[in-house]
Amino acid sequence: MQKLKKLSPDTISHLMTDTMLLEDKIVLVTGATKGIGLAIARKFAQEGARIFINGRNQLELNKISVELGKFSKQKVSTLLFDVSDPDQVKFGFQSLFKEAKGLDVLVNNAGILDDALIGMVTPEQIRNVYGSNTFGTIYCSQYASRLMQRRGGGRIVNISSIIATHGNKGQVVYGGSKAAVLGMTKSLAKELAPSNICVNAIAPGFIDTDMANSLDEVKFQERVDSIKMNRIGRPEEVADVALFLSSNMSSYVTGQVIGVDGGMLI
Amino acid sequence: MNNTDKLIHAFVTALGIDQSLIKDSLEYNTIPQWDSVAHMALIAALEDEFDIMLDTDDIIDMSSVAKAKEIVARYDITFDD
Repeated sequence: MQKLKKLSPDTISHLMTDTMLLEDKIVLVTGATKGIGLAIARKFAQEGARIFINGRNQLELNKISVELGKFSKQKVSTLLFDVSDPDQVKFGFQSLFKEAKGLDVLVNNAGILDDALIGMVTPEQIRNVYGSNTFGTIYCSQYASRLMQRRGGGRIVNISSIIATHGNKGQVVYGGSKAAVLGMTKSLAKELAPSNICVNAIAPGFIDTDMANSLDEVKFQERVDSIKMNRIGRPEEVADVALFLSSNMSSYVTGQVIGVDGGMLI
Repeated sequence: MNNTDKLIHAFVTALGIDQSLIKDSLEYNTIPQWDSVAHMALIAALEDEFDIMLDTDDIIDMSSVAKAKEIVARYDITFDD
């Protein structure tokens, strides 16, 4: 009992009941049709969230929606929009508002990887990568923060990358776009703290996604060899941290970057 | 409460000013109470009063009480006067 006194009321409530960590929370996960985004959507649906999944392919969104609907106690909705297009983001959030009237959690996960050595980077690559990874995070956060303020608080979780904090050859554009996300996270955290909105980032290392599996065998093994835990990470391990940052378990955590990388060295 | 009353109520609560100051000619940043922080509170108040979600361009364009009326009217809200 002495130990219980040190835990927050929310934590004690969770330990002593079957309450799910995101019960009845309205959540939007961008880029939710595969990889880390899909793992987060699954985890959040299991934890009782009323979830909106975003992507750029309606057929994929429908498929994921059916899958999540099988175990979710809440309705699952799809939002088709490209996060890099401010008009599409606007219509996406207006659709969300019409349907749910608010938002508690935004996970800015949508992003693209398009690597090239500095001499071969094209302006189009820069526009596309920054458009999704950086500008998309700003556009979504703009609308999300307003909806959260109306509900008295919320959580924004930005998915960055170990490349943002450590850099890597051939990833100048990607690393820059993800490093910008970290700067935004820290500033937004300060701006939104008075509104009870926590803003944090996750910097995943080498995670078992389509992006990682597109590497050739030699490069794949090189990456694994650089990880102290000697294995690739699972998307679910990133989703666990996203869940922590989205729930009341992290109610006094803001402006932080959490690495999920198994001790990877670059 | 009609829609004009709702609009005035949003300004009074968000800016913390007397109702008598809410005229069409009142402009953003011309009184200390209507600064950028209060402007975001005003947006939230208007959205709550009319159950709408304004887009980012609307927030930037909302430079006066008259303009606020014009912008809110775009969301199928009618004002009698």
